[in-house]
Formats: sequence, C-alpha cells, structure tokens
Amino acid sequence: MSTVENISATTPHLDRHERLSLTWGDPPGILGWFMTVNHKRVGKRFMITAFIFFLLGGLLAVLMRLQLSRPENHFLGPDKYNQIFTMHGSTMMFLFAVPMMFEALSVYFVPLMVGARNIAFPRLNAFSYYVYVFGGIMLWVAFVYNAGPDVGWFAYPPLSGPAFTPGKRADFWAQMITFTELSGLAVAVEVVVTVMKTRAPGMSLNRLPIFCWAEVITSLMVIFAMPAVMLSSTMLIMDRLIATHFFNPSEGGDALLYQHMFWFFGHPEVYIIFIPGTGIVSTIIAAFSRRKVFGYTALVLSTVATGFIGFGVWVHHMFATGLPQLSENFFTAASLMIVVPTGVQFFCWIATLWSGRLHFELPMQWIGGFFFVFLIGGLTGLMLAAVPLDWQVHDTYFVVAHFHYVLLGGAVFPLFGAFYYWFPKITGRMLGEALGKLHFWLFFIGFNLTFFPMHILGLRGMPRRIYTYPVEMHWGSVNALESIGAILMGLGVLAFIWNVFQSNRFGRIAGADPWGAGTLEWATTSPPPNYNFLDLPTVGGREPLWENAPDQPIVTGVREDMREVLVTRPMDAEPEHLTLYPSPTIWPFLTSLAVTGLFIGSIFTPWAVVWGAIPVAITLTGWFWPTKKETEEKKEIEVWENR
Amino acid sequence: MGEPLIRRRELYVGDLPTIVFGHRSLIWWGTLGMMAIEGTMFAIVIASYFYLRTRISNWPPGLMPPALKYGVLNSIWFLLSVVPNQWTKTIAEKGDLQKVRIGLVVMTMFGVGNLVLRGFEFTALNCQWDANAYASIVWLLLGLHTVHLLTDWFDTAVLAVLFFTGPLDGKRYMDASENSDYWYFVVLTWLPIFFVIYIAPRLL
Repeated sequence: MSTVENISATTPHLDRHERLSLTWGDPPGILGWFMTVNHKRVGKRFMITAFIFFLLGGLLAVLMRLQLSRPENHFLGPDKYNQIFTMHGSTMMFLFAVPMMFEALSVYFVPLMVGARNIAFPRLNAFSYYVYVFGGIMLWVAFVYNAGPDVGWFAYPPLSGPAFTPGKRADFWAQMITFTELSGLAVAVEVVVTVMKTRAPGMSLNRLPIFCWAEVITSLMVIFAMPAVMLSSTMLIMDRLIATHFFNPSEGGDALLYQHMFWFFGHPEVYIIFIPGTGIVSTIIAAFSRRKVFGYTALVLSTVATGFIGFGVWVHHMFATGLPQLSENFFTAASLMIVVPTGVQFFCWIATLWSGRLHFELPMQWIGGFFFVFLIGGLTGLMLAAVPLDWQVHDTYFVVAHFHYVLLGGAVFPLFGAFYYWFPKITGRMLGEALGKLHFWLFFIGFNLTFFPMHILGLRGMPRRIYTYPVEMHWGSVNALESIGAILMGLGVLAFIWNVFQSNRFGRIAGADPWGAGTLEWATTSPPPNYNFLDLPTVGGREPLWENAPDQPIVTGVREDMREVLVTRPMDAEPEHLTLYPSPTIWPFLTSLAVTGLFIGSIFTPWAVVWGAIPVAITLTGWFWPTKKETEEKKEIEVWENR
Repeated sequence: MGEPLIRRRELYVGDLPTIVFGHRSLIWWGTLGMMAIEGTMFAIVIASYFYLRTRISNWPPGLMPPALKYGVLNSIWFLLSVVPNQWTKTIAEKGDLQKVRIGLVVMTMFGVGNLVLRGFEFTALNCQWDANAYASIVWLLLGLHTVHLLTDWFDTAVLAVLFFTGPLDGKRYMDASENSDYWYFVVLTWLPIFFVIYIAPRLL
C-alpha cells in the first residue's frame, strides 16, 4: 500500500462505469429481484414496506379516533377495538418505527456515508428484509381473518396467557416478535461491522458522521435489548402451547417476570427509535447551518450515555405493580438522569444553529417541529418519572399523550425531515416545495390538535384502551376535537404521498449535492450507481466534501471486475486487507421461506420446530456452499497474510 | 470518451492480503456479534432462573435436583474438546489442508459425543418441563444451549464435508478458524449453565 503521485484516468471513466455496473449489478427480471444483495435496493424495500405499515397503522388510528369521537358510539365493538389498538401499537412499534428508523435508514445510508460499496454481510441483509416482511404479512393476514392479537402491544400475562386468551391471537403476536427481532438483530450486526471495518481510509472514529454514530449505538442497543423480548415472547408462546409455567403463579411462575423482560427490551426500544432521530437532527442541522456540528464529541458521548442509561430505566413502566419503594426511587433517579445527555444534545444543536448561516428549507422545517413536539414530550416524561404522579395518571390518556409526543416528536418528525433531505439522493429529484409546506402544517397542527388535549383528558381521568365512554363524563367535545386533528394528520400524509408520486416523475433534477452538504453520500451521483462510488474516496475531515484537500487521494488497486472491497482498521480506518463480497443469490430468500415455515408452523404444533428445522438446515447449507466458478476465480487472486 | 487527464494522488491498496484471520476478518466480527446476542440470551435466562427462585420457598420445588452423572461427563468432554479445537484453529490459519480435514473430522466426532451425552442429560433432569416453573426454566436453559451445540455441530460437519469434496479457497480456512471460535463460545457458555442447572439447586 502506498500513496503515489500518479497520472490517473488512463482508463476513461465511462469504461470503468460500465465494468463496475456489470460487476455490482443484479441479474435482470423477477428472479433478479429476489436475488439482489445490493444495500440500496434492500434499504429502499425496507423504507417502502415500513411506510406501508405506517399507513396501515395510521388507518387503524383513524378508526379508533372515529370510534372515540363521541360518547357511547358503537361504530366498533369492544372486541374489534381491542384488536385494533393492539394492532396499531404492534404495527407502529415493530413493523414501522424500528424497521424504518433503524433498518431502512441504516441499510441505505450507512454504507454510503462511510464510503463503502455495499453493507457488510449483504446476503444476511437480504435475508433480514424477507424475514421482516413475512412476519408483518403474517400478523396482518391473521388480523384480516379476525385472529389479530387483542392483548395490547406488550401482551402481558396473565391476560395473554392460555387461561384468558385461548385461540391463536396472542400466538401470532408472539411469533411476529420473533420475525421482526431476528431481522433487527441481523441488521445490527451488519451495521456494526460496516462501520467498524469498512470505512473509507482517513475516516477515523472521531470523523465518523454523527448519523452513523447514532445507528451504531442503536445497533448495540438492539444487540443487547432484543434478545430479551425474543425470549419473553417465546416463553409466552411456550406457556400457551406446551404448558410450561414461566408466568403462571399457581405453579411457581410469575407474571411480573414477563413485564421485567419485556421492559428490559421495551425501554431501550424507545431509544432504538429515538437515537436515529437525533442522528438525523444533527445531520440536517449541520447541513443547513453550513457549519460542522457544534460539540461533536459531546454529541457522540451523550448518545453513548443515552444508550447506557436507557438500559437502567425500565422499571418506570412498572411503578404501579407494587414493587419495593426503594427500587422505584432508584428508577425515578435513573429516569431523571437520562434527561442530562438529551439536554446536552439540545444545547449543541442550538449552538450550531446560532453560530451557523441558517438556510430554512423543507427538511429544517421538520427539525423545528421536532424541537417543539419532542420538548413537550420530554417534559411530561420528567413528570411521569416521579412515582406519585405516575400513579395518579397511570393507564390514562396522559400517558398516551406523553408517548405520542416523544415517539412522533423524536422519530416521525425527524423522519419526515430525513425524507425531504435524502429523497433527492434516492431518486435524483427534489420533493415539491408547496406540497411539502402543506404536508408539514397539516401534520403539525393535526398532531397537536390530536394529542395535546389528551393530556387534559388523562388528568380528568379518561383511561386508555376503552372502546367507549358514557355521556356523563363530559369527555365528548375534547374527543371530537382530537378526532378532527387525526383527520388533519391523515390529510397531511396524503399530501406527502402525492408529493412523492409527483416529484418522483416530474420533480426538479437534484444533482449530486443539492443542499451543499458535507458527508460522503453526496459525493456520488443521485441516485447512486449500484457500485456507489466510481473512485473510492479517502477522507480528510468530519465533513469530507467541505474539508477534503483539492488533491485528496483516491483509493486504487481494488479490483473492479470482481466484487472486491477494502477493509480498514476499526479505530483509524487504515487500509488492512481486501475481501470479496458475495454475488446475487436466491438462497437468502429460500432460507427466509424455510424460517417462515418453521415460525408459523410452530404456532400450530411444537413439532414444527423439529421438522421445520430440516428445510432451514438445507437452505442454510445451500447459502453457505460455494460455487466452483467463483471459487476458482477467488483462488487466483488470493494473497495470504504472513506468507 | 475522451476524459481529460487529471493529476490526482492515489492510495494504492492492491498489494494488501485477501486472506486474514482473527479480528482482522469480517467474519470474526460477525461471529462476535452473534456471540453477544446469544450470550445476552443465556444471561437473561439465567437471571430469570434466579428471579423465579425468589418467588418460592423451597428449591427445586417438590422435585429432586438433576442427577449429576451425565452433566459432569459432558462437561469433562466439553473441556477435552478444547484441545482438538485449538489445534484445528491453529492449522486452519496455516492453511494445511490434510490436517484441517483431520481436525474437522475429530471435532465432528467430539460433537457427536456431546450430543449423545446431552440426550442422556435430558433424561436425568428429574423433571418434565410442564411440572412447574422451575422445571420449565431448567428445560429452557438446557434446550437453548442444545440448540447452540446442535447448530455448531452441524456447521462443523458441513465444513468437514466441504474440505473433502471442495470447492475450496482460502476463505474456507477463515471459516474453519471462526468455527473453532464459535465452539469456544459453546464450551464457555456451558460452564455457567452447568453450574446453574446442576449445582445451584443443591446450594439454594
């Protein structure tokens, strides 16, 4: 390896483009669709699928708002209502929020932002998408056939246990968890390895884009949090299907064990959704303030701190379960402490905006919405961290208001900002300005109209998860107002969808870097070619497009006729070795089918775990087994270390 | 197409190796990620075991603790397997085809021994999973470890076949080396699990 002064461009760019496209391309047609291992295609699928689930979850929310819009309404019966609020929560958390904020965005953008040609473990990446989408389809098909879960998005026993929920409803919920968490865990490993080992030379860890930091910290949280919910839902399904007694108090089990396991996952889950949002906020603020983000180190360390403290606050979801007061005090303190790193981030963002040259374009508008909405959610979070207040408003609409302010504020507002910001990169065209403004204002006003009055209803005692309420409670007019707000939000989302369809065909051509931003994804064309970068970049600063030297070296010597990539060292990203990424293959798809058979079969008979393991083993072996042709090619170029 | 000649500095990396072992390889990082995920699972099941212990006054509730014989034998077998495992790893990193074949066959045989002993362990638990919560968590813990034992044994067997039939290139030696690392994980997680299943009911 050496840096040399050289006359390059001996091969014309067009020839190289053709060669690289051929190397990194997919086979044509429908088979090629199922064989792709390209992170951008898979990332786009994650994005579109998760957005469809967002629309479906939103549709359920509108149904609930219609039902609650006036007292003693019988538009939906109690059984349907139970299914609908459970499906709304489960869809939004497991099929939209995490797959969108974590999987979709990191799969698409992290490899681009670190200057790589693909994500690490590309076949696993394809597999994780199929597993996710099959899990989501299973849950929704069950719902359509009146077998949707009806025990809340967290499915507490004893309600979800065999005694109180016979039938298969809760089993579909439990297996949906297995599908989606398997998918999330696979992507977590891919993202960590992509960031730690395949950054462009020069991108030492202290130059890693903040968005990538956010996704790596999220990945680590996924790795340590999601096993807990996979286990708790598996134990639940075992209690239901093979008569184990984990959560059955009459046989030495304990229902609270489930709550501990669920929330040991469930609270980190909130940060798994929110931390990517902070990464988006930092990215967009830097781009539109035209300066590097203020307090890079403080921002990164705050995110790390949030990641750690996020694992120490789960009991605040269980304050009303009668735990010892000493432990409640501890968890109150931890829950208050987590405000500190979030506060540090807020001040860094304000300082960046204050000292930069602000360009208030569409993405920034959503960041403004984020500040307003998330701050209110954070403040009610402080209130709920205190045990006495939590007891007072537990299971009321105050809590519903709080977590919608936090989750939509912390995730959906930054996410829409991210759509406006990165849509030009993904499609090559800008989203329309007028529809963009209409979308924002309808959504922002509709959101506050829907959820702010819920604080008041909650304080006035309206409980969650009731399908209707009597006239004498005088909750009717406020509920009617909230329902109007929900319709405004829905119209806002329709404006967005219309904007996407319009702009995708007729929008203004974006060019490589329409915002003048500084991170590497803007160094390539929009949309990026299947090999991402014609010249593999090196990096001379945190915002390479702003800071690189005019004669910044490019990486050469990586083969372009094979899927060769450069692997670098974890800390300082010095070039370390070369490796080959796999070609398109059908095996991940076949494996996901086998896994789906096993998971769904096990809802109906425990023997599915045994017989279902055989096709899984066969497809995994097919996945692993090398082809003769590729092996011969690889052998020709291989160089062993220390030989 | 006539591109202008431009003067650019280059970072030439074409002479770097393509076959590397240990923490330099991507597969090592991937395996580490899997270990972190599965290690977390084991830790949570063990924590649940002790949580359930606090819910009841006598332990194991109304049952005999698991009989020690097969558990102890399997633990000894696991510890012995470390020797051929390390040997296989070392020679895989040297790329010695004949010896890697021997190593993988030996490790597959060792795995068969572990699996047979594991079968007997299930018969010696002195409980059925549906007896009570204690029985359920013991079966879950042993079952979860068995899934890992079985998958790594299957991996080893498939690798062994591949090393006889081909097609082979350097990357497969990296796989053999990482397969050994994963076996270490199976052995090392077994030690605390053995303690929880067999010793804890006698102490608590």
